[in-house]
Amino acid sequence: MKGWMGRFRTLFLLGALALFLSGCGNPYVSALQPKGEGAQMSYDLMLISLAIMVLVVIVVVAIFVIVMVRFRQKKGQEDYIPKQVEGNHVLETIWTVIPIILLLILAVPTVQYTFALAETEPEAQAEDAEEAEDVLWIDVTAKQFWWNFSYRDLNVTTSQDLYIPTDKRVYVKLSSGDVIHSFWVPTISGKMDTNPGKNENEMFINATEEGVYWGHCAEFCGPSHSLMEFRVIAVSPGEFDQWISDMQEASAEDTPADTVAAEGQALFQQSCMACHAIGASPAVGVGPNLTSFGTRETLAGIEENTKENIVKWILDPESFKPGNEMTGNYVVPSKEDAGKIAEYLLTLQPSEIGPDDARDNEYIQAEPKEEEGEGEENTTEEESTEESAEEETNEQ
Amino acid sequence: MSTATAKKRGFGSVLWDYLTTVDHKKIASLYLIGGGFFFLLGGLEALLIRLQLMYPENALIGAQFYNEVFTMHGTTMIFLAAMPLLFALMNAVMPLQIGARDVAFPFINALGFWLFLFGGILLNLSWFLGGAPDAGWTSYAPLSIYSPGHGVDFYAIGLQISGFGTLMGGINFLVTIVTMRAPGMTYMRMPLFTWTTFVASVLILFAFPALTVGIFLLTFDRLFGAQFFEATMGGNEIIWEHLFWIFGHPEVYILILPAFGIFSEIIPVFSKKRLFGYSSMVFATVLIAFLGFMVWAHHMFTTGMGPVANSIFAVATMAIAIPTGIKIFNWLLTMWGGKIRLTSPMLWSAAFIPSFLLGGVTGVMLAVAPADFQYHDSYFVVAHFHYVIVGGVVFGILAGVTYWWPLMFGKVLDEKLSKWTFWTFFTGFHLTFFIQHFLGLMGMPRRYWTYLEGQEFETGNFISTIGAFLMGVGTIILLYNIIKTSVSGEKCTRDPWDGRTLEWSLPIPTPHYNFKQLPLVRGLDALWIEKTQGNGKMIPAEPVDDIHMPNNSILPFVISLGLFIAGLGVIYRVDSNAAYIAIIVGFVLTFGSMLVRSVKDDLGHHIHKEDLEKEGAEVE
Repeated sequence: MKGWMGRFRTLFLLGALALFLSGCGNPYVSALQPKGEGAQMSYDLMLISLAIMVLVVIVVVAIFVIVMVRFRQKKGQEDYIPKQVEGNHVLETIWTVIPIILLLILAVPTVQYTFALAETEPEAQAEDAEEAEDVLWIDVTAKQFWWNFSYRDLNVTTSQDLYIPTDKRVYVKLSSGDVIHSFWVPTISGKMDTNPGKNENEMFINATEEGVYWGHCAEFCGPSHSLMEFRVIAVSPGEFDQWISDMQEASAEDTPADTVAAEGQALFQQSCMACHAIGASPAVGVGPNLTSFGTRETLAGIEENTKENIVKWILDPESFKPGNEMTGNYVVPSKEDAGKIAEYLLTLQPSEIGPDDARDNEYIQAEPKEEEGEGEENTTEEESTEESAEEETNEQ
Repeated sequence: MSTATAKKRGFGSVLWDYLTTVDHKKIASLYLIGGGFFFLLGGLEALLIRLQLMYPENALIGAQFYNEVFTMHGTTMIFLAAMPLLFALMNAVMPLQIGARDVAFPFINALGFWLFLFGGILLNLSWFLGGAPDAGWTSYAPLSIYSPGHGVDFYAIGLQISGFGTLMGGINFLVTIVTMRAPGMTYMRMPLFTWTTFVASVLILFAFPALTVGIFLLTFDRLFGAQFFEATMGGNEIIWEHLFWIFGHPEVYILILPAFGIFSEIIPVFSKKRLFGYSSMVFATVLIAFLGFMVWAHHMFTTGMGPVANSIFAVATMAIAIPTGIKIFNWLLTMWGGKIRLTSPMLWSAAFIPSFLLGGVTGVMLAVAPADFQYHDSYFVVAHFHYVIVGGVVFGILAGVTYWWPLMFGKVLDEKLSKWTFWTFFTGFHLTFFIQHFLGLMGMPRRYWTYLEGQEFETGNFISTIGAFLMGVGTIILLYNIIKTSVSGEKCTRDPWDGRTLEWSLPIPTPHYNFKQLPLVRGLDALWIEKTQGNGKMIPAEPVDDIHMPNNSILPFVISLGLFIAGLGVIYRVDSNAAYIAIIVGFVLTFGSMLVRSVKDDLGHHIHKEDLEKEGAEVE
């Protein structure tokens, strides 16, 4: 695949130039600054197709300009009648055959990449049993208007912030609890729909750089479609392993030290637990899982995660996300009680790993398998992400 | 029949004349007025959308209302503006281009119009009856099934009724072109606009049943407790996507092919050259239509069809670029070596080429399935289809309306004002939509009623809104132009543009019966041949004789009104038993009228030879 690319370097340059001039948007939102395997493949194809298309546009516009300049009727030519040409077989053949060739050039990598991106059977490709066991599957469930992430066989469930390691492909199974949504993290990979019922989809995501990436719902799903945001928090493998083990230990029974928060916990268990789980079960709750609420990048994907905002949300979720399922389905607490619940929610920080660990340049290697369970902090290997990114480009 | 005589009559009698008319020229005017009204409505909705998106986290209109507005913008523009406006031009021009005295089924023609109008009115009544549809013009299940209120019911019933009208119109045009061509008008001598009307009608014939079936299932899911698209009850929501796009993709070609036809008429006239590569143009049109049925699933690359289906549909989609490219080059070569007059119809046609080209090349880019995973449902797609539909269809309609305005209304639109419309609309169009390609690539999904700060979408959206208002200014100038021309424009008598095709051989205003004697067609560009090789007049193919014309009838109006009333009844059946009264009254009106039509013989009337000779003497 890569050798094939080399031959079209010149076309690439043209395309790259066009995109370079375009201004590329926010590096954590834009599909033009790929930081994942899937997004990179889409981007490569964008460049090939754009280069071919720029070529076509230049040719057509050139002819167009010549025509419009040269063949205008001038004063005194009103009675002149040009030759009535019927057609020209040579020309017609040329402009049929050349586009066919251009499209064939485009069709080959299109088909190649379509199959490459649809690769979702890692177990079958694994070299040995251990590698097959190492495959990370996450069951993604979209609901109006939030995202549930359940780490298969790991007993970890979370929502809104999706933690992934940067050293491998992560496989996701996409489904929906109500209407059709679409899972899209432009910087990491193209989108895939989440369908209700049996039409579940699978894809892989593979972030090549640490970072906090914006995710959108891309299929129109109701009033708060545009507010159904989430984040992908790509951390180094060591950090990810630690996050998983911390999350596995989190439990709704952990009592916060602060007395106000403890009162909040009591209120929470009394009125909120029916929908909002803390801990890994159920795998898909009625409302978002709040296990690591205190470390969330945002409140509900859209607002700053502050006590003030949480209180506002508890008192009137409709003002944040119109059409959400919480409005009208719970007893609205007093402002004071809401404050206590907010206080409690902010203490929910089962892991030290958070969005900040995706933003720093600290790269922590995964511990080797044998030492599993030792629990020793591993900070020996430090490698800047830029270096690893460079290696990535050199390979190409 | 001519406007001159109409003016002498009272308002009531003119109204009655239009309610009962079966004349294709008057039906064309009705389509133009109806479609034009919905075009303005859809335009207002577009401006609301752009105002809301002008700033991030804007609170001008709320989420629910925004969703209703964008749903209705899409639905209105496709079904109630673009198609009727094209039908207006087809009705006004196609029978004249083939040398016919009317369409094959004048009664059905009127019925088609009234069904469209009542369907459109029903759909828009939803604004006043608890909220418009809010599930997008694509109305994907199960969102459309779950949508509360009656909005989506209005969508289903309104589109069903107007869809009947479209289907009838399509069949009517097909039969007309097959059976009513003048002597000598072989298929390969038909003007391109007639050809594209023909091919678009074939597309309607095969594509609309898919929509009818889809909407039927949707109606049953929503109003009669069926579960076709309800996954929890064993239904399958993906079926709706397939049904919708099996209709929806050909629909794009139903819109764009007639626009291609319009440009293929205008470009030769104002270049003073015959269409370059006529037969390859016809071939390309047919090929596009054929391929148009094989590519619907490219709207569903991210649905999860798997790599095999995605690859097949990707490659098939790319193939459409080939016939479209042939067309672009043929238009360019038609102008090459010609003497181009940049009148306003020609300005629209010339500007169409680079504008549509951009929509075409982004179409090929979208066909690249793995790249489409990024484009899909982003503003890149919004930009693409507006380049195709505005840069192609709307430019085509505006070109065609300006070009055939004298044929339809006896006056040439003010050229200066037309050019102002062109430049404001053209600039506004590119300002609005070009930047949206980049918004999409930068990660902005479509159908967002608001976007959060900090994603660098601000500048692009602001520019886009400015552009939209410029398009609005262009439209207002056009309206002013129409009023000004109607009030104080100079009358023209015949052939104001130095035309090449048969419709320009007729006197203006065109008589009720179109051709006193059917013309003999001696080749492509029939009138041009007579201008260069004859005396500039068509040679009659028959002696002056009695002309058989259809009678006016109010029945099409009543049939449509009945369906409208019954439709309202069906929507409100779930709320109150009183709705059954509406259902019964409506169906009695509809089927009663159909019965009357079937039982009562209506043999039409004859215009006598003597009257024709007298009238002929006056005209000449």
